[in-house]
Amino acid sequence: MHENDGTFTFTRREILKAGATCAAVAVAPGVAAKSAGAAAPKPPVMAKVSFTVNGTRRELDVDTRTTLLDALRENLKLTGTKKGCDHGQCGACTVIAGGRRINSCLTLAVMHEGDRITTIEGLGTPQQLHPMQAAFVKHDGYQCGYCTPGQVCSAVAVLEEIKAGIPSHVSADLSARPQVNESELRERMSGNLCRCGAYSNIVEAILDVDGSRA
Amino acid sequence: MKAFTYERATSPADAAAAALRVPGARFIAGATNLLDLMKLEIETPAHLIDVNGLALDKIEATDDGGLRIGALVRNTDLAADERIRRDYAILSRALLAGASGQLRNRATTAGNLLQRTRCPYFYDTNQPCNKRLPGSGCAAIGGVSRQHAIVGTSEACIATHPSDMAVALRVLDAAVQTIRPDGTTRSIPIADFHRLPGNTPQIETVLTPGELITAVTLPKPAGGMQIYRKVRDRASYAFALVSVGAIIQPDGSGRIALGGVAHKPWRVEAAEVSLARGAKAFTAAVLDGARTTSQNAFKRVLVERTIAAVLVDAEDKA
Repeated sequence: MHENDGTFTFTRREILKAGATCAAVAVAPGVAAKSAGAAAPKPPVMAKVSFTVNGTRRELDVDTRTTLLDALRENLKLTGTKKGCDHGQCGACTVIAGGRRINSCLTLAVMHEGDRITTIEGLGTPQQLHPMQAAFVKHDGYQCGYCTPGQVCSAVAVLEEIKAGIPSHVSADLSARPQVNESELRERMSGNLCRCGAYSNIVEAILDVDGSRA
Repeated sequence: MKAFTYERATSPADAAAAALRVPGARFIAGATNLLDLMKLEIETPAHLIDVNGLALDKIEATDDGGLRIGALVRNTDLAADERIRRDYAILSRALLAGASGQLRNRATTAGNLLQRTRCPYFYDTNQPCNKRLPGSGCAAIGGVSRQHAIVGTSEACIATHPSDMAVALRVLDAAVQTIRPDGTTRSIPIADFHRLPGNTPQIETVLTPGELITAVTLPKPAGGMQIYRKVRDRASYAFALVSVGAIIQPDGSGRIALGGVAHKPWRVEAAEVSLARGAKAFTAAVLDGARTTSQNAFKRVLVERTIAAVLVDAEDKA
C-alpha cells in the first residue's frame, strides 16, 4: 500500500470498516450452508425506544439485541464511547445513565426508555473541556487514548459517588464519610482498565479536579 | 446473540405469569450477567421480561425488626444504605468486595443471587460442561481447576458460585421472597435457595418455572463483629479464591460462611461449635469431606489461614 504518495489516506475508522466488510464476505458461505440445513434463523425483532443523550431527546427503532453501547455508536454515531471487551470487564464503554456510571455494553438500549444518558461528548467539547478532561491532559492520564472516554466518565461519577457518601471496599469505617485519596480512587476506578498503564497519572488527574492536591 | 422478543412487566404477578406462558422467557433486570451470557449464546432466551419498572427497589423495615430488601435494589444502593452499613455491615462489606463500581450500579439483589458460575469451561462453548449442556461431561475435572470448588462437589460439576453478597446473606440467615405464576408467594431460607450440583448442575436454585424473586428479608440485627474477608488474585475487581464472612460475638461464638469453595455459599452450622477451638479445628469441621485437586488443594490451607486472620481481626476490633 502506498501510504506516502497522497493517493491513499485512510483514517483508522475506515480501515476498521474495510476489515469488517472482508470478514462479512468470508463468513457468507458458512451462513448459506447453515440455512440450507437447519431451520432458518429467526428474523430480528425491532422495538422503539426513546431516551435523552447529552440533553437531546433521541428516538430509535432498534433490533432488541442492540446494546446501549451499539445504539450510541452505530445508531447515533456518538463514537466517543469505546467498545473494548464488550463483556463488562474493561470499562471503555462507561457512560453515565441516570446519574450513575454503567457499562453501556452490558445493558440493552430498549431497557433505557426515558433515561438521561451522558457520554464523553456531553461532558465537554474540544473548545471547552470538562475539568476532568483538562486534568487528564495536564497530568498525561493516557497514552493511546482508547480507554480515556470511559476513564473520564467513570472519574467524574466517582467524585459524585464519594460526595454522596457511598463507601468502598477500602473505606476503613463504614459509618464515616468516604474521603478522596489515592487508595479510594484506585479501588473505585478498578473497573476501568488501561493497558498502557497510565493509572498513576489518572489518579493524579482526579485528585487535581477534586482539589485535594494542589 | 439470538433474536428475542421483549416486554416490560407491569406487576410482579403478571411478570411471573408471562414467564411461564411464553416459551423460553427469562426475566432481565441489571443484565450484567445474563446479557454477557447471551452474547456468547450460553443463554438463549426467546423472550425477555424486563422487570426494571416494577416497584421493587426499596429497603423497608419489617415487623420483626429486620429489613425487607426489594429484588431490584442495586448493589451500590444496598451497600450504601445507612441501616445496612450500621446493622448488617457484613453485607455492605461483601457487596463492596464484589465486581466494579459500574457493575454494582446496575446489578440487582435478586440478580446477584441468580448469577451463573464463572467456570471457564462453562464459558467456553467448545468444551464439555454439564451445567451448560447437561450430559456432555465436565472439562474442569482433570482440567485447569485452580479456581474450582473443593466441597459439596459431584462427579458432574466442580463449579463455584461467584457471589460475595450471597455469602453474607447466608451468615445473616436471610430469606428469599418470591411470587409464583399462580399468584402465590413463599419465603425460601437462603440455606435452601441454592442447590449443590449433584447430577443436575444445570439446576442451580429451588425456584420453579416462572417464579420471580420479589425481595430478600433480613432478620433483626445479629450484632457482633461483622467481617467479610476476600482473598483474590488482584486487590480489586476479581472473583474470590476464598472468602470468609463472619459474625463473631463477644463471647467468642459465631457464624461463618465461605465463598469460592462450593457451588453455593458454604456454611455448616454444626461446625460452628468448634470455633472456640480455633481456626484449625473449625476448618477441619467446616470442610469435612472436601475433595481437592492438585491445583486447588491450596484452598483448604487458605480457608484456615483466612479464618485465623478473621478471628484475630474480630478480637482486635472488639
